[in-house]
Parts: sequence; structure tokens; C-alpha cells
Amino acid sequence: MRTVFKTSYDADIRMFKHGAQAGWYALLLVLAVVLPWLFNTYWLGEATNMLIWAIAGMGLMILVGQTGQASLGHAAFLAIGCYANVLLQMHGLPFVLAFPLGGLIAGLAGFFIAFPMARLHGIYLAIGTLALAILIDDLIVIAEPLTAGVVGLFAPDISIFGLDINRYGNPWLFYWLVLFVTVLIVLAYRNILRSPLGRSFAAVRDSEVSARAMGVNVALTKATAFGVSAGITGLAGALMGHFAGIFNNETFNIIISIQLLLMIVIGGLGSIHGAFFGAAVVALLPQAIAIGRDVVTGWLGSSSVAIPGLESAIFGFILIAFILFEPLGIYGRWIKIRTYFELFPFYRKDMFRRQRSYLKTERMR
Amino acid sequence: MTALLELENVTLRFGGVTAVNKVSFSVEEGEVFALVGPNGAGKSTVFNLVSRFYDPAEGDIRFAGESILKRQPHEMAGLGIARTFQNIELFDHATVLQNLLVGRHRHRRGNLLTETLFTPFVRREERRHREAVEKVIDFLDLQPYREKYIAGLPYGVRKVVEMGRALAIEPRLLLLDEPASGLSVEETQDVAFWIEDIKTQMGITVLMVEHDMHLVASVSDRVLALADGKMLALGTPKEVQTHPKVVEAYIGSTDPMAGAKVRAAV
Ligand SMILES: Nc1ncnc2c1ncn2[C@@H]1O[C@H](COP(=O)(O)OP(=O)(O)O)[C@@H](O)[C@H]1O
Ligand SMILES: [Mg+2]
Repeated sequence: MRTVFKTSYDADIRMFKHGAQAGWYALLLVLAVVLPWLFNTYWLGEATNMLIWAIAGMGLMILVGQTGQASLGHAAFLAIGCYANVLLQMHGLPFVLAFPLGGLIAGLAGFFIAFPMARLHGIYLAIGTLALAILIDDLIVIAEPLTAGVVGLFAPDISIFGLDINRYGNPWLFYWLVLFVTVLIVLAYRNILRSPLGRSFAAVRDSEVSARAMGVNVALTKATAFGVSAGITGLAGALMGHFAGIFNNETFNIIISIQLLLMIVIGGLGSIHGAFFGAAVVALLPQAIAIGRDVVTGWLGSSSVAIPGLESAIFGFILIAFILFEPLGIYGRWIKIRTYFELFPFYRKDMFRRQRSYLKTERMR
Repeated sequence: MTALLELENVTLRFGGVTAVNKVSFSVEEGEVFALVGPNGAGKSTVFNLVSRFYDPAEGDIRFAGESILKRQPHEMAGLGIARTFQNIELFDHATVLQNLLVGRHRHRRGNLLTETLFTPFVRREERRHREAVEKVIDFLDLQPYREKYIAGLPYGVRKVVEMGRALAIEPRLLLLDEPASGLSVEETQDVAFWIEDIKTQMGITVLMVEHDMHLVASVSDRVLALADGKMLALGTPKEVQTHPKVVEAYIGSTDPMAGAKVRAAV
């Protein structure tokens, strides 16, 4: 285990805890950059998809993991970002403007919706946000002259200063674009976490009463979290639109909202790593199932078996398993494995024994 | 001496219960003022009124000469009113350091944009906050717990962290709700020294609720005894402890130790 001797307060303010950690992340980044030379087009597409989900996951993580507000309606912000980005481009704006504006519009929507929404707690907030997702779905259909309703829209090719980027034409460029956005969001996320705003998110999550006593404007902080969260999710939605090529109101349905929430729970609530681990599960699960199915078909020697709803069922099963056995998600498991190796052979089994934590309602006044 | 906090005929009812009944008192700048009384007397409710968590049905509350009744709860820290809670309300999934840094929230000068970019200005601010918090850590001997998560800390340490978080606000008025309840004799002794230093060295006015009459007698300048939301007696610790109404209220209370405690302290 590495003990870090801190010689100045900056050691805690800096982005990385120590040089070796920065080194590992640099290596990971290099690997991510050279990925187009390592993967074929198909797997590069899967990697791109995973990164887009990771961005959406970070968006929801800010709200759920950092601020403690549930949302079952984040598909709404994916949709707002996606439609805003494409419509702005159709009306002549270049991608470099339309894309950030798409995020900004989704973010503002999240910010203003939060004021009535954030008065709700727990299950009521979940239901409220769910209603929001349904509402946006309907609005897309109603606003047919603009959104082409159920027929849907085509995402134009991305053009950045004359350079055309298309998922099929030059998948590596599309991948790098997504990677670039991912890195920017990770940096922004880290910066928020190490500044007063991030701490006020945590304060609202852990105790609204005492956040208030510390001078935190709880309603405004929740709205800010909703705004930042919706903005990042909107950017992911815009990228999803370009990735899918064509989309309509159904593209961002309730299942997507739920999948997004399950994803960050499986990945591990409250960390950036969790968003990436969860995204890997979501993006790779269909592949894993397809491979598994081929293997089973090989054994049985019969024609391929098709079980409808298999993917959702397995996803649900994984979720239940995690909630029962590893509530801290894949990231929690990762920390344990890492600690095991760092301390080998001194690891003790009870090291991560769960603390009994009391619910607010169990406490006396 | 001028009055820092003034309550004037403050009344608050919860349904049929009048938790605070026409209470008037003023806390002078620089003094330690204690609220005592049996459980359910309305002491914590007075704190919640000063924190603006509740609106009084009648009366006025003034801080530094100005009524606070038109202000929001989160504005109190900005005015310089800090508090602790009877049943510790810390941010459990954050470290001690992070908890104390939340106390610095009223001194935040960045915004969403500058903090997302973590500009050099924000970095300088972080350093400034950290220096302020380190002073509190030194004062309360919290060095061993700096990086520890609250969820795993013993009760006594949490109690101290909560006091530290309130001090990080750099308040003019500090409200302490039962700072020594559940603490050992040694820990209570520490609390007594800290309150002395908070008053004399930091120049912070203290309003506290406390059941430990030894502690109250040793640190308070003035004491107000409450029972059933009403004022019983106001004066020096000695005057209040020997006041017939107070002795009666304690002996008549459901707490069998209370009467003994009062007499022991006298
Ligand atoms: N939020 C509340 N709702 C209803 N009754 C309350 C509430 N808070 C306090 N009370 C009642 O007000 C009275 C005073 O409570 P409190 O101020 O907590 O007493 P203490 O002096 O022990 O701190 C008690 O009768 C209590 O039951
Ligand atoms: Mg109380």
C-alpha cells in the first residue's frame, strides 16, 4: 500500500494523488488514443458506443451518486441534447456550435425543471422524473413539424472546419471525437468534485438540514446538479444521435432511462470509475450474450436459439446480484481486489465489513 | 456590551404543543449563554428558530440589530450564525476534511464556470480554505482523523468534528446543542476548555444547550432555564441553579437524575 507523504496542501488539491497514479492514467489515455490501430471497425464501434454510454453515465452519476437525487427520466435529456444538436445543424449551425449548444439547452432544461422537481424526495422524485421522460416522448410526437414525429430525423455528417466525420466513413475520427469529449467531461467532473460546488453536492446528499446550516442553498444546489447532469447527458444524447444515424421519439424511451440508472448502480455509485465500469457492462452485454448463445448453439448442434427478452433478464439478474452482494458496485469490488494485492499477504477478510449505518428515520430527534 | 442576538416574545406551536412560549432574552456580544431545562423544554426548538428552520407564530428574532425573520435558513451562515445538532448531523460519506471544508461554503467566491475549469483563482481559494480549516484541525486536535470517513468514526470524535465544522464558518455566534452529551469526563473537560478559548481567543459569542450542570456552571456567563417552553429563570449560573422554580422543575421532571445533578452542581 502506498503511503503518500504530503508536503503541502496542494497535494490534496491536485488532480492525482501521486505520480504513479498520474502515470497509470496517462498510459490508459495513450491506449485509448491508439485503439483504432488495435481494434477492427466493428469493435471500434463498440468502444465508441461504450464511451458514449460512459458520458451519459457520468451525467447521471453527478446527480445520483454525488448529489443523491434519483432520476428515472434521464432519457429525456438524452433526447433534448440529441434533437437540439441535430435541429441546430439542420438550420445551418456548424457542429462545433450546435454540439455544445445542444448540451447547454439540455442543461438549462434540467436546471429549470429541477426547481419544482427537487422538492420531491426518494420514490416521488423517481416518479416525477419518470413522468418527465414520458412527457418529452409525447412532445417529440406533438412537435412533428419540427421533429418529424415518429418518422424521426437523420443525423447529418459531422463537419468540423471542413473535416467530415462519419461513423461508417471514418470510424476512427468519430471514435477520437467521442474520446476527446469523454476526456473533457472527466476533467470537468474531477474539477467539480474538488471544488466547493462538489462538496455542496455531497452535503445535500448526506444531510439537507445541515447543508442548509452551513449556508448551502439546497434548492439552488439541487438545480445546479440537475443542470450539470442534464447538460452532460445532453452531450451524450447528441453523440448517440450521430452514432445511431437515425432516431425518433422511441430511441430515447423509458427503458433507456432505467438502463442508465441500473448502469451506474452496477458500476458503483459516487465515482467516475463506476460510470465507466457500468458502461462497459451495458455496451458489452449484448456481445457477451451473442457469444454465449453461439456456444450453446454449438453444444446443442441445433439451429440457433432465440429467447426474447434475454438481454433485459440477464441485466436485471446482474443488478439484483450486485445489490445483494456488492452494493458498492464493480468499483467497490475493484478497490477490494486492489487492496488485496497491495497488502498481500496481510489482507484481512473483515477489512471491508459493512458498517451499520442508520437511516435518518431511525434516529431520535 | 451590545446585544448580538435578541429574541422578543417568541412563540412557536406544534399542533397543540406550545414548544416555545413567549420567550424573550438577549445574548450579549462576547458572552457564553446557556439554555438549560428538562427534556422537551423547547431548547432545541429555540435553536431551530434562530436557524430559521421554523417560523415563529409570534415575536421577533434579531441578529446584530436586524430582524432575521425575512431571511432564508441558508443565509444564516452568511450572517455569521453557526450551529451544531443535538443528534450529530454530519456528512457521513465524506471525510473529516471535506466536512470541515463545507463549513467554508459561506466564503465561496467561485462559480460553476470557474470551478469546472478549476482556474488559478479557484486553486488559490482552495488553498485559503484549507489553511483556515487546518487552524480548526489544530485547535481541536483532529489531525489523526483528517482523511477518515465520518461513517467509521467514534461518537466522541464526531461530536468534535461537528463543532469544528461550525467553527470553519468563522461565525460571530456559535450555537452548540448539547456539546457534551454522551461524552466521557475527559472529553467533557476538553469541551469546557475549547468553549473558553472560543470565547476568549476567537472572540466568538456562544449560545449553548447543555444538561451537564458542572460544564454549564464552569463556562457560562449567564443561564436561562426553560420548562414547557416557558422561561423560568434568567441570571448567573448560581442564581439559576438555586432558583426555587428551577429546582422544582427538575425534581418534577421525568429525568430522575436531573434533580440530583442540579443539587450537586450548586
Ligand atoms: N418538529 C416537531 N414537530 C412536533 N413537535 C416537536 C417538533 N420539534 C419539537 N417538538 C416538540 O416540542 C417540544 C420541545 O422540543 P425540543 O425543543 O426538542 O426540546 P429540548 O428542550 O429537549 O431540546 C417537545 O414537546 C417536542 O416533542
Ligand atoms: Mg434538545
